[in-house]
Parts: sequence; C-alpha cells; structure tokens
Amino acid sequence: MLTAISAAEAADLIPDGASVMFGGFLAVGSPERLFDALVARGAKGLTIIGNDTARPGVGVGKLIDAGCVARVIASHIGTNPTTQQKMIAGEIEVDLVPQGTLAERIRAGGAGLGGVLTPTGVGTTVAEGKRVIDVNGVNYLLEIPLRADFALLRAHEADHFGNLTYRLTAANFNPVMAFAADCVIVEPDHIVPVGVIPPDAVRTPGVLVDRLVGRAC
Amino acid sequence: MDAKEIIARRVALELRDGMLVNLGIGLPTLVANYVPDEIHVAFQSENGIIGFGAPPPEGMEDPHLTDAGGGFISTLPGAMAFDSATSFALIRGGHLDMTVLGGLQVDSTGRLANWMVPGKMVPGMGGAMDLVTGAKRVIVAMQHSAKGGPKIVEALTLPPTSERRVSLIVTELAVIEPTDQGLALRERAPGVAVEDIVAMTGAKLSIPADVPEMAIAAA
Repeated sequence: MLTAISAAEAADLIPDGASVMFGGFLAVGSPERLFDALVARGAKGLTIIGNDTARPGVGVGKLIDAGCVARVIASHIGTNPTTQQKMIAGEIEVDLVPQGTLAERIRAGGAGLGGVLTPTGVGTTVAEGKRVIDVNGVNYLLEIPLRADFALLRAHEADHFGNLTYRLTAANFNPVMAFAADCVIVEPDHIVPVGVIPPDAVRTPGVLVDRLVGRAC
Repeated sequence: MDAKEIIARRVALELRDGMLVNLGIGLPTLVANYVPDEIHVAFQSENGIIGFGAPPPEGMEDPHLTDAGGGFISTLPGAMAFDSATSFALIRGGHLDMTVLGGLQVDSTGRLANWMVPGKMVPGMGGAMDLVTGAKRVIVAMQHSAKGGPKIVEALTLPPTSERRVSLIVTELAVIEPTDQGLALRERAPGVAVEDIVAMTGAKLSIPADVPEMAIAAA
C-alpha cells in the first residue's frame, strides 16, 4: 500500500543531475506541483524527457525558467522561446526526437525490448548516426530504448495500490512512462480508496507506481 | 476570399465519407470548417483523441481536453481518447486515411520540408515526420510562395520531413500532384492563368492541354 507524500518530499528524492521523464502535452497532463517543488528545491542539472517544454512559466517550462535543466529530450520546443534561447546560448542541450519515435523508444525501454524499427526519419537528419535495417524490402531506422531514473506522472485518480486512471487528452505520454523509469512518482488529481477504480478502468497497473503525491492542502 | 480560405476549401474536397483525418496546426486546421454536409469524417489529434469538435463556449472548457496546439476542444458522439503510443500506432500503422500539413518547401520529387530552417528556426518536428511517413494520403496545404520566393522548388534547400512523396499540393493558385514524371499541374484557382502559376513555381511543371479551374467546398 502506498502512503501519500508531499510534493516537497517527492522533490527531495530526485537528486541533481537525475534523468526525469514527465507526462504532458503542452502541460496538459503534467505534474505541476512536482515541477513547483523541484523549482523550490533548486534542482540542477536535470535531463528531462517529454513531448515538449510547454511555455515559459507553464508546466515543465517552470524548470527551464529556473535553470534546473541541463538537457532536454523532446519532440517539440517551438512553443517555448526560453528553451530555444538557452539552447542557442549553449546552456541546455536539446535532442529532438519525432513524437511517435519518442513514444516507442520509451515503450521499448519499459517493455524490455532492445529497440524499435521505424520508417519515421529515414532519409532525414534524424537518421544521422543510426543503423538503417532492411526488413522485407522496406528501410527502417533502429531506434534504441529510452529509460530514466524517475518518471513524474499526472493521473486523474489513484488508489493506494497505485492503480491509475487518466482523463481524455491528459493521458498522452503518462502511461508509457510508467513502465520506463526506476522510480515512478505520481501526482493524481484525486486519491480514492482501494476498490473505487474498477479493474477494467485501470489504465496504469499500480505495481508500476513507487510514490503517490497527496492532496494539495 | 483570402488565400488560406481558398486552400482550406479546396482541400476539403479531398475528404471522403468515413475517413480518419489528422489536420496540422495553423492553416490545415481551417479545413475542418468546410467538411461537405453529406459526409462524415473523424478527426484525430495526435495528443490522443479521435472525434473532437469545435472549441466549447467560454465557461465550458475542460482542462483535460485540448488539441495538439493546446487549444480547448469538445467531444462529438463516438469520441475516444488514448495515449501517445496508441495515437502514433494509428498514424504510423496505416490507419490514418489522410493528413493535411503546412509546408515550407516541396521539391520536384514531391518531398516535403516543413520542420526547420537551419540557424533560424528549430522548433522540432513534433509529429510531422510520423504523419508524413505513415498517413495513407499526405496533402500539403500551403501558400504558393513566401517572402523568399517560390516554395515549390526543384530541389529542397531545407531538411526534408520524410523521404516519402506527398500525395497532393494545394495552394491558393493551383493543385499540383507529384508523380513519377515530376510535378503535374492538375488545377488552377479561379481567375489564375497557367502562365502565372509557372512564373511563381520554382520547379518544372508538366502541363496538360486543359487545366481545369479548381472547385472549392461550400462555405
């Protein structure tokens, strides 16, 4: 059974220099209170892995603003001029990964696979330095698995076994990331008693979740 | 009627009943306003939903319900939500009938560049590379030329989005189809002469004897 901890206690678990996956698509489905706690702790040197870097002052953009981030692995940074400025200034290293490839690399990392073969990126700059493998006459890129020290997820409901549900487009990268980190920390909108979430409604099995962040109050 | 409206209303005629369609951010999004009455099309947004509708009235927004541009949307009957891996399995796996995307350049082989300008703009490819590689039909909806000159060029000077040949290019001047023999001029916009299209195109066009005027969807 998981006992809820505070966002500040969760942030204290994450050392400077850690690699951190985070759920969210333009901050929808992102663990905002965990980001706030990391900023408050003064985290440094993080590698963050997620779809995008949202906007300045919003979602994971708060970590970018506060100088917590050394490296970004994302599909899109175009909505956050601060990320782009820091990249150009050499303060942040940015690896751009096609969105579907990012999802599959994380899925591979969490599913025990040695990589994925995708047609996406063949013949583009994304293919630089990667193996191209012909399968039945079609060229695919070998994309390697992606894992992190921590996954910071946002869920709708969680029970004390860690079973999770999501709402609408707030799921996005959260379910695949739940498999792909050594320590999975979840910030749910609501914590409900065990049994409230029907087994068929569980989207992320509780066995994957290590820590639950409690209510805001 | 401005250029973007002409383009959106022409692209809308490519929609077919029962299609699953993904519209890119910006100009392509306008296509949803001109779906012909007699057909039903399901729109996907790659952040994880099929079957979304127009932005809700103010005060009815749901913070968990947005499109890939981050704007609030609504759900239509039959809507479904899913995670990013599922969303891109739909896109890459041949389940998406059509995507409509903006473009920076298209070359004579039909390759599209639409994700970066080296040294100037590096926003990231987002879902564009997967969409161009995986969708059954790829429609490029873009203005015919930009400040720097023609956007339809002999060879790309910008990094390609995919090596895949796009299906159709729709601009405010013309409809152009990339083929094995190069770019074929299929239609011209109302009131536009073939010579004007040729003059504003940076790649060789094959021009049939008759280039019909393009039809557009009802407003």
